[in-house]
Amino acid sequence: MIKFLFDTDTWQEIYSSIRKNKTRTAITIIGVMWGIFLLVVLLGAAKGVENNFNKLFGSFATNSVFVWAQQTSKPFKGFQEGKALTLKMSDLESIKKEIPGLEFVVPRLQDQALAVNDFKSGNFGIFGDYPELDEVQKMDMVYGRFINQNDIIEKKKVCVIEEEIYKQLFDKDVQPIGTYIKINNINYKVVGMYKKGQIGGGGPQGNIHIPFTTFQQVYNRGDDVGWMMITGKPGFDITQIEADVKLLLKNLHKVHPEDERAFGSFNLGKEIAKVTGFITGMQFLTWFVGIATLIAGVFAIGNILLITVKERTKEIGIRRALGAKPWEIKRQIILESVFLTSIAGALGIISGGLVLMIIDATLGKGDEAVLSNPTVDIPVILIAALTLVVLGTLIGLIPAHTAVSIRPIEALREE
Amino acid sequence: MIKIEKLHKSYPIGKGSLHVLKGLDLHIKEGEFVSIMGSSGSGKSTLLNIVGLLDGHDTGKYYLNGQLIENLDEKKAAILRNKFLGFVFQSFNLINYKSALENVALPLYYQGVGRKERNKIALQYLDKVGLKDRAEHLPSELSGGEKQRVAIARALVTNPKVVLADEPTGALDSTTTHSVMELLKEINREGMTVFVITHEEDVAEETDRIVRLKDGVIISDEKVNKKVTI
Repeated sequence: MIKFLFDTDTWQEIYSSIRKNKTRTAITIIGVMWGIFLLVVLLGAAKGVENNFNKLFGSFATNSVFVWAQQTSKPFKGFQEGKALTLKMSDLESIKKEIPGLEFVVPRLQDQALAVNDFKSGNFGIFGDYPELDEVQKMDMVYGRFINQNDIIEKKKVCVIEEEIYKQLFDKDVQPIGTYIKINNINYKVVGMYKKGQIGGGGPQGNIHIPFTTFQQVYNRGDDVGWMMITGKPGFDITQIEADVKLLLKNLHKVHPEDERAFGSFNLGKEIAKVTGFITGMQFLTWFVGIATLIAGVFAIGNILLITVKERTKEIGIRRALGAKPWEIKRQIILESVFLTSIAGALGIISGGLVLMIIDATLGKGDEAVLSNPTVDIPVILIAALTLVVLGTLIGLIPAHTAVSIRPIEALREE
Repeated sequence: MIKIEKLHKSYPIGKGSLHVLKGLDLHIKEGEFVSIMGSSGSGKSTLLNIVGLLDGHDTGKYYLNGQLIENLDEKKAAILRNKFLGFVFQSFNLINYKSALENVALPLYYQGVGRKERNKIALQYLDKVGLKDRAEHLPSELSGGEKQRVAIARALVTNPKVVLADEPTGALDSTTTHSVMELLKEINREGMTVFVITHEEDVAEETDRIVRLKDGVIISDEKVNKKVTI
């Protein structure tokens, strides 16, 4: 068999057979090529959307929920509706104690601030944070460190800035760590800088993080908490946690249990599941469409080989009279089928790859990118290629069988 | 070499069947030059197809080279054809996109002979039929006589036991007919068993033994041109 594959005659015969039907072969090849091309491009695009999504949300723990306080919308226990609510540090303790399956409960304070460095200044979002924030929303540090426990205890005047702020407040090539910037007229030492995250709220031009305790003192927030980020342990349903937390908070703040507007929340887990579901659906659809198109293309190859075999009936008869065994005739036709599908597959994969490169170059660059790094995994390509070879072999069996089903004597009689 | 006993063959036609060969007995020894004569419908082509292992028979016995032929599947038939038989057809049946040399070498390909080796052998046989200088030509570039010579070379290339020729001169003019028959005679003189099917009297007369077939039975079997002198 190996000898057969590497025999010049084998390939010479495939070549001469293809040469006889150039146009038809080309059209057929395009059929299969289109199938695998669609598969590669669509899978690549789906991957691009997924990558982009991961870029946006990737820094967050996916099973997290954000909770903040609003105003009541129902009167309860003597309070009128419209009562303003504020989360307290004591709420956090109760949540930690009462609700099972919590991994982190991270309180945050938030405001706007004017930051000045020499002659440069800007309006930024300022956050009071605990070191645990790094666990919930991964900080991609470029220089230095994030806020640590010592900063919290000693209420240090230190800050961690986003790369965007560095660009606005510092000259190029200046090392920011250890320098001081003025935030609302108070000097803070810069201890760290992180790479821009896609979301996170706050100021439009970037975020500054200072120790939570420092924020409380400087901005006179007492025991208040702006909002909190809660993550669940693996295996605990974040939607259930969200409901439990809100019910507990309503209880603590004497709010009507059915008051839906008293506490706001954003369930990241649920949002991510939605998008992930969409991407999974898209990938499934891609496979379905791609494979279906492939099958259609492969059938076309079977069809053209059937025509070729009919046209070569006499030649096949001659060969058999000269001593060609049925299997020798069959394998030639099957190989032709596999060869055509493989060529078509290779062309489809290459053209699909090129289109992905073009998509990446045009749509995949910059912050507003729709797709980032649209790629198809090598195993996926291998699976697709393998599917093609298997389908090519199976479909080749049909014309191969036809070729040997005609008795040589009848084949010879044919004119 | 070829021994046939009480051979019967019929083809189904519609609901009935056409009895083509009605109990043939024929014995062809090694080295004979035999022609089967008969008009169309006499069953001569059917006989050739059975002898050539292209078709099976219904009843009776057929020995090829001493081997009883029965229950052949396509694979065994192909091996036996390749080993023992060389075919020459009326319409030459050369493969039109292969050169003369490649056509001659084809049976060797199915024997698994390597490319160099089989081209060497094929060239020897092309030389034998006087077409060495035409080796690289395609069949479309050859005359009818030349095509049949190539076909004869192809029939000989595996060094078979019997050469079966089905109306080998049917598509040729009288001059070429003569030269092709001379070639077959020469092959026979070298010891090859040659089995010719024809409906032309003058072609049959060039052979050593004429078997006349009519309506599926042998009506005469006579030796001619006794090789008395060398």
